[in-house]
Amino acid sequence: MSEISEVRALVAGHADFAAGLISAVEAVTGRGEMLEPIQVKGLCGEDIQHLLQERLRATGALVIFTDLQAGSCTMAARRLLREEPHVVLVSGTNLPMLLDFVMSSATNTHDAARTAVDRARSAIAAYGGPA
Amino acid sequence: MTLVLNRIDDRLIHGQVVVGWGQPLDVRFIVLVDDAVAASDWEKELYRMGVPPEMEVRFHSTAEAAPLLDVYRTEPDPGILLTGDIATMHELVLHGGVREVNIGGIHHRAGRRQYLRYVFLTDEEQRALRDVAALGALVAAQDVPAARAIPLEEMLSEAEVS
Repeated sequence: MSEISEVRALVAGHADFAAGLISAVEAVTGRGEMLEPIQVKGLCGEDIQHLLQERLRATGALVIFTDLQAGSCTMAARRLLREEPHVVLVSGTNLPMLLDFVMSSATNTHDAARTAVDRARSAIAAYGGPA
Repeated sequence: MTLVLNRIDDRLIHGQVVVGWGQPLDVRFIVLVDDAVAASDWEKELYRMGVPPEMEVRFHSTAEAAPLLDVYRTEPDPGILLTGDIATMHELVLHGGVREVNIGGIHHRAGRRQYLRYVFLTDEEQRALRDVAALGALVAAQDVPAARAIPLEEMLSEAEVS
C-alpha cells in the first residue's frame, strides 16, 4: 500500500451525493480515501459551516467539492472561505472531476483541483436522440 | 401572478428553493427578507450568485418589506417571499396579505426539539407559528413540491410520538 491515503478534499452535497460519488471514485481508482464525505442532513447553514471548518482543520484538506451552486453546502463553504483563504471551493462537482483530482500528479493540490475542473467540463456531452 | 410561495427557510436561498420550487413554479424573483442580509453587501452578493440569471433577488429588511409586499403581489411574474426565521414571517403576516405560510426548513440548534426531518423548534417558536396560524394564515410544512404538505397541528403532534 502506498501513502496516498491522506484526505486532500472534502465532498459535500445533497442527500447521499458525497458518499455516492466517493464510492464511485473508490470503485474506479481505489483512492476514495483521499476524499472525505460530509454528511449535512438536518443541519442549518451555520452548523454546516462549522462542520466543514472542523473537518478541514482535522484533515488538512485544501479543497471542498460541492454539488449545486446555490446549495447550502456551497453557501456555507463560501462563507468559510473568508476565514480559510487557502482553501479552494469547487461547485458543480461530477465524477470525472473527482477522478481527475485523485489521479492528478500535480504536487500542488490547488492546481490539481483547477485542472480537474477544466477536464470535468470537457467530459460533459449529449449523444443521440432526434436532432 | 404574484407571490406564489411564502417560505420560512433558515438556509434562505439554496437548492430546494431555486430548483425544487423555483423551476416548477417558474419563479422569476425572490423577495428575501432578512435584516442581517439586507445590511451586508457581501451577504447579498453571496445569495445573488446562487440563483440562475433569469431569477432576480430583491433584498429587504423586515420594516422595509412589509409595505412593499402589496406591490410585489401586483407583479406579472411569479415570485417567492423568503424569510430565514419565524419571527420575520410573523411580522409580515401581521402586516396582512400573507395567507399561506410554508415551513421549508428550520434546522437543529441547541434548545430546539425535532418535529420533522427538517423542522426543529423551540417552545417559543412553536407558539409563534401558532400565532401566525391564529392570524388567519394556513401554515404547513413542505420541503419540496413533491412532498405532502403537513398542516401545522399535525406537525406539532409528531413530536409527541417521537
